[in-house]
Amino acid sequence: MANVLVNAPKTAKRGSIVEIKALILHPMETGFRPGPNGRIIPRNIIERFTATWNGTEIFDMEMSPAIAANPFVSFFAVASESGTVGLRWTGDEGFVVEERVSIAVE
Amino acid sequence: MKVLRLGIGLAIVFAASWALAQGIVDKGVTDKRRSGTQDMGEALQKMQDDDTANPGMLFVQLGGQLWGKAAGAAGKSCADCHGGAASMKGVAARYPAIPKGTDAPVDLEGRINLCRTANQQADSFPPESRELLALAAYVAHQSRGLPIAPPDDPRLAPFRTRGQDLWKIRQGQLNLSCAICHDDNAGRKLAGVTIPEAHPTGYPIYRLEWQTLGSLKRRLRNCLAGIRAEPYAYDAAEYVMLDLFLMDRAKGMTLESPAVRP
Repeated sequence: MANVLVNAPKTAKRGSIVEIKALILHPMETGFRPGPNGRIIPRNIIERFTATWNGTEIFDMEMSPAIAANPFVSFFAVASESGTVGLRWTGDEGFVVEERVSIAVE
Repeated sequence: MKVLRLGIGLAIVFAASWALAQGIVDKGVTDKRRSGTQDMGEALQKMQDDDTANPGMLFVQLGGQLWGKAAGAAGKSCADCHGGAASMKGVAARYPAIPKGTDAPVDLEGRINLCRTANQQADSFPPESRELLALAAYVAHQSRGLPIAPPDDPRLAPFRTRGQDLWKIRQGQLNLSCAICHDDNAGRKLAGVTIPEAHPTGYPIYRLEWQTLGSLKRRLRNCLAGIRAEPYAYDAAEYVMLDLFLMDRAKGMTLESPAVRP
């Protein structure tokens, strides 16, 4: 079950700058904390977030254990053509979530 | 002549400011209570109001997925009995309540677990588990914008009174009661933080300090640890009693679940 909230404009003027905001549910366990049994809880974080516009990469971000849980990412892109923005989060324990939003450019 | 004109001008200014002050006072008389939202900064208020920036909405989304998922030996989902989420409108605004066939009140999370064990024949969710909070957030979200309306059930009265007693009793190494901070000193500062009036208007809340959603129970435990008292056990009836008292104290205030708190 993927839980993602994306806030992107449905339409944009050609050449304008649009803001895309994405929020994802993730515990972001640092890998430094001991659990109730005294053992270190294994690290479980999102390592990478990438965004593509019609398949072309427009944003790439590497995350580290210092990022808060349920990370909120906001970035800007120039709207040059109508298409699909693909968002992809990958991380520890085989975590992969993909989300798509379409933006119509006029 | 000039003096007279100045005099009239001053009188108008005075009258206007007096009327303004009356207006503020009148507003204050109707409801002086403040939700924690009003004590937060503008950035956090915006975060709470934006459904794509409020992390609590992630849990509401998860709760919606769980709502339709069959569980337990009965193989039933919440939706199989209750139908759509619309049936849950107003529920969070009136809980805690006494379920049919019992004589003790339960809070919203308790009611969900009761449904889980009795109707779904599944194991109850552990306290503060992601699933329990998500379902509670999903149910509470349906009441967003509604006034808090505790039921008139007379059987609740003794529990509510007991909750009020707990609110006023001094405890812990710091020897403080809830009322000392949240009634007597609300609005003043504790270190750099504004002491809120402690109205349960947005539970379950997404607390940035927790980096997750949490129930009123967790918030109460937090306060108890803060005054260096031993928090009641997770299944203690005291939490429900305090919840009952607090909901009555916040009667008529708008529910804003899932709220964001610093």
